[in-house]
Amino acid sequence: MRGSTLTTNTIRTRPASGLALLGTELSVLFRRKRTWAMLAALAAVPILIAIAVRLTRSGSGGGAGPAFLDRIENNGLFVVFVALGVCVPLFLPLTVGVVAGDTIAGEASNGTLRYLLIAPAGRIRLLAVKYVGAAAFCLAATLVVCIAGALIGFALFPSGSVTILSGDTVSLGNALGRSLLVALYVTVSLLGLSAIGLFLSTLTDVPVGAMAATIILSVTSEVLDQLPQLGWLHPWLFSNYWLGFGDFLRDPISWANFVTNAELQGGYIIVFAALAYGRFAAKDILS
Amino acid sequence: MTAAELAIETRGLTKRFGGYAAVNDIDLSVPHGSVFGFLGPNGSGKTTTIRMLLGLASPTSGEVRVLGAAMPRDNASVLPRVGALVEGPGFYPYLSGADNLRRLDSADLYAPSRTRSARVADALERVGLSAAAGKKVKAYSLGMKQRLGIANALLTPRELLILDEPTNGLDPQGTREVRSLVRSLASQGTTIFVSSHLLAEIEQICTHAAVMSVGSLVAQGTLDQLRDVGRPRARVQTPDPQLATGVLEKLGMTVQQLPPDSVDTTVVAIFGDKPVEPDTVVAALVKAKVRVRGFAVESPSLEDRFVSLTGEGFNVDH
Repeated sequence: MRGSTLTTNTIRTRPASGLALLGTELSVLFRRKRTWAMLAALAAVPILIAIAVRLTRSGSGGGAGPAFLDRIENNGLFVVFVALGVCVPLFLPLTVGVVAGDTIAGEASNGTLRYLLIAPAGRIRLLAVKYVGAAAFCLAATLVVCIAGALIGFALFPSGSVTILSGDTVSLGNALGRSLLVALYVTVSLLGLSAIGLFLSTLTDVPVGAMAATIILSVTSEVLDQLPQLGWLHPWLFSNYWLGFGDFLRDPISWANFVTNAELQGGYIIVFAALAYGRFAAKDILS
Repeated sequence: MTAAELAIETRGLTKRFGGYAAVNDIDLSVPHGSVFGFLGPNGSGKTTTIRMLLGLASPTSGEVRVLGAAMPRDNASVLPRVGALVEGPGFYPYLSGADNLRRLDSADLYAPSRTRSARVADALERVGLSAAAGKKVKAYSLGMKQRLGIANALLTPRELLILDEPTNGLDPQGTREVRSLVRSLASQGTTIFVSSHLLAEIEQICTHAAVMSVGSLVAQGTLDQLRDVGRPRARVQTPDPQLATGVLEKLGMTVQQLPPDSVDTTVVAIFGDKPVEPDTVVAALVKAKVRVRGFAVESPSLEDRFVSLTGEGFNVDH
C-alpha cells in the first residue's frame, strides 16, 4: 500500500445529476447472469409456442388455447401477440417481481446499500435510479418477448400483410408499428407492479422476501380480477387492463384502454413511490 | 478545544433499539489531524456510533457534527469528504473488483466521471490489488475484500477516513500494510477514525483514543492521558492479608484481595491521591508485623487499562 499519485484536484465543486449512477445501475442489472437467465426464459415462450403450432399444424379450427393462437399460421407476427398474452399474466410479473423486489433489499443483503448511501448517492436519488432501472427491465423484458416472437414467427410462418382483429388488412410495416405500441402498452402495464416491488423492497433486507411478496400481490390482483362479485374493485386493480393491448390490433386504433391503464399505473406509481420514500428516507440502515 | 478544531464531535449521542441503549449518551471529540482509535469489545456500540456519524442511522437523541456540519442533516455536503469502511466490506459478488469500485464511485455525486478509471486504478494499487482488479469479487479472499473496502474509502481525496475494524481478516502482513497506509494518509493531514476491538493493532498508530464499554464512553483522550489515568499498584504477597489490608488502607490506598493460593495471599493496592513512596509502604507493613514475602509496584500498560475499562473475557455484555 502506498501514497496517492493523484492530486487533491479531483473533487467536483458541484454535484453531478446522478446519470452516472443510473448508468452503472443499468450496467449492474444487465450484466448480471440472473437477468440474462430471466430474459432467456421469456424469449423461450414465443419460441416454444411457434414450434408447437408449427409441429401440430392443428389448423385454425379449434379455438382452444391462448388468444390469437389460430392466427399464427396466417401470419408469423401473431406469435408476438400470443406470447405476450401468455407472458403478461404470469411470466412477466414474475420476472418484474424479482427485479423490483431486489432493488433496495438486494443492495442491503450485498452490503452495498450502506456504501451507496455514504458515497453519498442520496436516498431519494437512489430510489429514483432504482425505479428507473426496474422500469428499464420491464421494457427490456417486453421487447425480448416481442423480438423473439417476431423472429421465430417470420422464420416458421408467412410474413407479408397482416389481417388484424377487426378484419382489416394492413401492411407489414403498419403491423410492426402496432407491435411496438403493444410493447409500450405492456411495459406501461408493469410499471405499477414495479413501484409496489420497490416499496416492498425498502421494508426488508431479504430480497427473496420482497420478490415473493411482489409476485404474490400480482397474483392476488389477478385472482380478484376474476371474481365477478368484486366488479366494483376491478377498475382499481393494477392488473385489470393488462390484457387490453388488443385495441392496437383493431382499426381504428382505440387509445381508451391505454389511457385508462396509464392513469391507473401512474396512480400506483405515485402512491407506492411516496410510501417507499416515506419508509426509506429516514430508515436506519443497519444492513 | 473549540468546535472548529474537531473533525468529529458528538454531544449526548444516544441510540436505543427498543428499550436497549446500544449507544448511551456519548460525547466524542476527535481533533482534526488526529489518528483516533475507537476501542471497545464486540457489541460495545462502536459500529452503531459509526453508523450515526455517517448518517446511516439517526440518533435517538443527541447531536453529531462531522467536519463542522450537523449529521444526518448535512449528509450531502459532508459525506463526499469522508471515506469509510463500515462493518466490513460490501460488494457485488458477480462484478470484478474494479467494476465494484466504479459502481460505488458513480454514486458519489462529487466524484468526476472523467477521472473515474484512473482513480479506481490508483485506489486498487494503493491497497495492492492491481493484479486482482479484473477478478470477480466472489473469488476474493476475506482479506482481499477488506483491502477492496479500504480502496473504496480512498477513491477520492478525503478529509476524514472512518475505518471500522480495518484489519479484520487480514494476515499480519496485511495488518502492517494497513498501519503504514494509515500513517501515510495521516501524514498528509487526513483525520483518521479507526475502530478496533484489538488495542495492540492500533496502539502504535494512534495519537488519541476513546474506549467504549456496553454503549458508554468510559475513557477518551490522547494516548498519554489514557496511560496516566491508570494509577500504579502495589502487589503484596503475604500470609497476613487482613493485617496488610488495614495498613495499606491507612495509607490511602484502595485494596483488592485476590483469592489465596497455597500459603500466601496476594493483596493488590492501588495508590491513592496522596503520593506514597513504595519504601514507605514496605516500612509501614513491616512495622505492623506483616510478614512480607513479596512486594512489587507496577504501572499498568494501556492494554491493562483497556481490559480494566471494558472487562475481560469473551462475553458480549448485553
